Amino acid sequence: MIDIATIWAFIIAFAVFVYVVMDGFDLGLGMLFPLFPKKQDRDVMMNSVAPVWDGNETWLVLGGGGLMAAFPLAYAVLMPALYTPIIVMLLGLVFRGVAFEFRWRTTRERNLWDIAFAGGSLLATLAQGVALGAILQGVVVNGRHYGGGWWDWLTPFSVLTGLALVAGYGLLGATWLVMKTEGELRDRAYRLSWWLLFAMLGAIGAVSLATPFLDAEYARRWFAWPNVLATAPVPIAVAVVTALLLRSLRAQQDYRPFFLALTLFALSYAGLGISMWPYIVPRSITIWQAAAPDNSLVFMSYGIAVLVPLILAYTGWAYYVFRGKVRAGAGYH
Amino acid sequence: MFEGWDAVVLARAQFAFTMSFHIIFPAFSIGLASYLAVLEALWLWTGREVFINLFNYWLKIFAIAFGMGVVSGIVMSYQFGTNWSAFSDKTGPVIGPLMAYEVLTAFFLEAGFLGVMLFGLERVGHKLHFVATLMVAIGTLFSAFWILSANSWMQTPAGYAINEAGQFIAADWWKVIFNPSFPYRLVHMVLAAYLTTALVVGAVGAWHLMKDSRLPGARVMFSMAMWMATLVAPLQILAGDQHGLNTLQHQPAKLMAMEGHYKSHPEGAPLILFGLPNQNEARVDYAVEVPKLGSLILKHDPNAPMAGLDTIPRENWPPVPVTFWSFRIMVGIGLLMLGLGLLSLVMRWRGELYQSRFMHVFALAMGPAGFIAVLAGWVTTETGRQPFTVFGLLRTTESVSPLAAPAVASSLVAFGIVYFIVYAAGAIYLLRLMAVPPHHGEEGPRGDVPARAAGLTPAAGAAAHGRPS
Ligand code: HDD
Ligand code: HEM
Ligand code: HEM
Repeated sequence: MIDIATIWAFIIAFAVFVYVVMDGFDLGLGMLFPLFPKKQDRDVMMNSVAPVWDGNETWLVLGGGGLMAAFPLAYAVLMPALYTPIIVMLLGLVFRGVAFEFRWRTTRERNLWDIAFAGGSLLATLAQGVALGAILQGVVVNGRHYGGGWWDWLTPFSVLTGLALVAGYGLLGATWLVMKTEGELRDRAYRLSWWLLFAMLGAIGAVSLATPFLDAEYARRWFAWPNVLATAPVPIAVAVVTALLLRSLRAQQDYRPFFLALTLFALSYAGLGISMWPYIVPRSITIWQAAAPDNSLVFMSYGIAVLVPLILAYTGWAYYVFRGKVRAGAGYH
Repeated sequence: MFEGWDAVVLARAQFAFTMSFHIIFPAFSIGLASYLAVLEALWLWTGREVFINLFNYWLKIFAIAFGMGVVSGIVMSYQFGTNWSAFSDKTGPVIGPLMAYEVLTAFFLEAGFLGVMLFGLERVGHKLHFVATLMVAIGTLFSAFWILSANSWMQTPAGYAINEAGQFIAADWWKVIFNPSFPYRLVHMVLAAYLTTALVVGAVGAWHLMKDSRLPGARVMFSMAMWMATLVAPLQILAGDQHGLNTLQHQPAKLMAMEGHYKSHPEGAPLILFGLPNQNEARVDYAVEVPKLGSLILKHDPNAPMAGLDTIPRENWPPVPVTFWSFRIMVGIGLLMLGLGLLSLVMRWRGELYQSRFMHVFALAMGPAGFIAVLAGWVTTETGRQPFTVFGLLRTTESVSPLAAPAVASSLVAFGIVYFIVYAAGAIYLLRLMAVPPHHGEEGPRGDVPARAAGLTPAAGAAAHGRPS
């Protein structure tokens, strides 16, 4: 029984996932800025994402805009519930977005824009992670509205998910640098990747342990027989990918760690899906309750079917144009 | 700071504030993207160096303006949910898909080709690079198409039904998209963007001509900009006139507010030129008016009766003073633009376009006029729609999120501080780039490292490249 609401749940989940992995490495790279104090390194780092960051961020607009269009009730309940984290995320994205342009236009204030870039990236990441935790722990719903207060989102669990995402994006950023840079910069990125991988594994472990305690339903879903047959492959796959990632870091295979880190994200994301399904606002609103009427979903489906392949094609082309290692001083021109 | 302001007023203030900052950049980047495409086409076609220099010159400016447009736009797309959640729930099924199409057809196109446009000239070859520039320009126009469709649907809703949950749903997508005010608004806004850009380009050209009237780059851009103003300003006035007639038909209360017509005029309405609308007493104080001209303009008959706000329940009145004045600011600026275009024609005819100091001072002073007119236009449109978010159907007070006033007040303050810092810096960097004339061998947004190490500051850039071109 695959109905159109289910398809749209997957489309939105896909958009959010693409956002997480694409903007994840930009934001991660931004957060690593303070660890690379040399101007030349920073130039290279920024140049490695400058041609693509805007496209990466557009998936966030598709995720948010798509949620409003396809699941307006969920959008209407979640956005006020996540008010503060969302505003903080937006302000963080403002700072890091303008830093891309501003830091080249000034020598005197360059350090300030570097701080804006790193700080904005960190704020946005923390806020996204906190928002995720706040959704997982559930929000108060009153009729068709959010019914809680404006600090409900802040709990130890949501802080934990916030930190977890910082570690995860950091890993993506570091492995991206490993892939895109050379020399001393790359070596340092390798060393950081180790630390960040352990941090991320710790975070995955902590979030996985905490989630079942949020709600008995989560625990049943993961551990009760026969569900465990379906859910067990996820942790097993995480273990396998981790082993491969460690090996590729040790063997210094520049391209592999990034893609393995992405796989790790995909697995965590699948785990999240298992916990949430079929709720879009956990334990209050299912995807069918929140879905827009069929004719809205059908109308958008045409666009998705035709345009998303096109978008992926020209986005892929843009990455292809700027492929390979970024050299210091070569810039993009 | 905000005592006595309820969450609705704060949410409106926040939306108006963030929207006003956002619209400044699209108004500029829509026009500039098209201008860049024209410059690159001219370069490919004629091979003249001045065009590629101008292209690279304006490309650096475009990169900054576009970046600020993007970040302020992302804020907008989340504001519906954070501040207007009830509105989102009710109208999401109708305007959500329009905005989703905007993302799919416009934002991805702009963003996907932007990188190549900014940094890829040497990597992909000239023809493919031109395609990228064209895609970015087309993307900005698609963006205007969908967002104005969504906005126009809120002004003049059509093609909808209402379901059991109280949500608007589409009965006919064609009617939703091409709702009655949409064609007018689209034409008016795109022309506004072209005018805004032309005036900025013209002002920069004028500034450099005042210092050296032989600069070829400054001459070319000034001439191009003045042609644009000459041709488009009259079109814009015509479009505005038609837009007004459409408003009279579909949103009469808004038009009454723009005209300051509190009272009905059974024997032909005057045209109130100036005055102080007095909302409490429902009259315009100190009105300077031309008898019957209002009816003549709007109904093409000096004696045609015109209804006033006295025919509309008081609780459905828009705030007249703001609507009345912002409309006059826009129209006044439109007429000044027409004057600028006409003057440039005269100067061309007399062969003094590049020498006349008066011409250049006038063009320089008009540099920011497009932005002011665009803001005034949006203020007219949006305050004139009050007290509704979906005109006649959904009240603003029923649209707001269930948030405590302190939450909205703190975020408003945060936006105020952040935007002030970021946009002030952006404005300074833009003005700095504009202050150097386009020169021979102009680099793209990220020049090679030595040039960049010089910071691309005006002085360093000019010194390094000496001979302007
Ligand atoms: C008439 C034109 C127009 C109007 C009325 C608006 N915009 Fe806009 N917007 C654009 C024209 C535009 C643009 C020209 O396409 C921008 C400007 C710079 C840019 O990057 O694209 C843009 C950028 C932009 C972005 C960033 C896109 C990206 O990531 O590339 C978002 C999310 C929005 N806008 C959302 C909105 C919302 C929610 C609006 C209304 C409330 C709105 N815009 C009004
Ligand atoms: C300096 C000259 C002008 C001044 C001071 C002026 C001022 C005004 C004022 C005060 C109104 C409100 C009318 C009312 O209250 O009934 C108005 C309306 C209008 N004016 Fe003008 N105007 C001028 C010239 C023009 C020109 C040259 C055009 C176009 C060719 C124009 C087009 C309109 C239109 C179309 C309206 C009606 C509202 C609308 O349709 O949007 N005006 N003008
Ligand atoms: C001088 C003649 C002009 C007239 C008669 C005119 C008329 C109008 C009218 C009637 C509206 C409100 C439409 C509604 O919501 O019902 C409007 C809105 C607007 N105007 Fe003008 N306008 C003129 C000039 C300009 C100029 C020169 C600019 C900018 C360069 C401009 C930019 C806008 C914008 C951005 C809006 C809001 C969007 C829209 O509704 O299209 N206008 N104009």
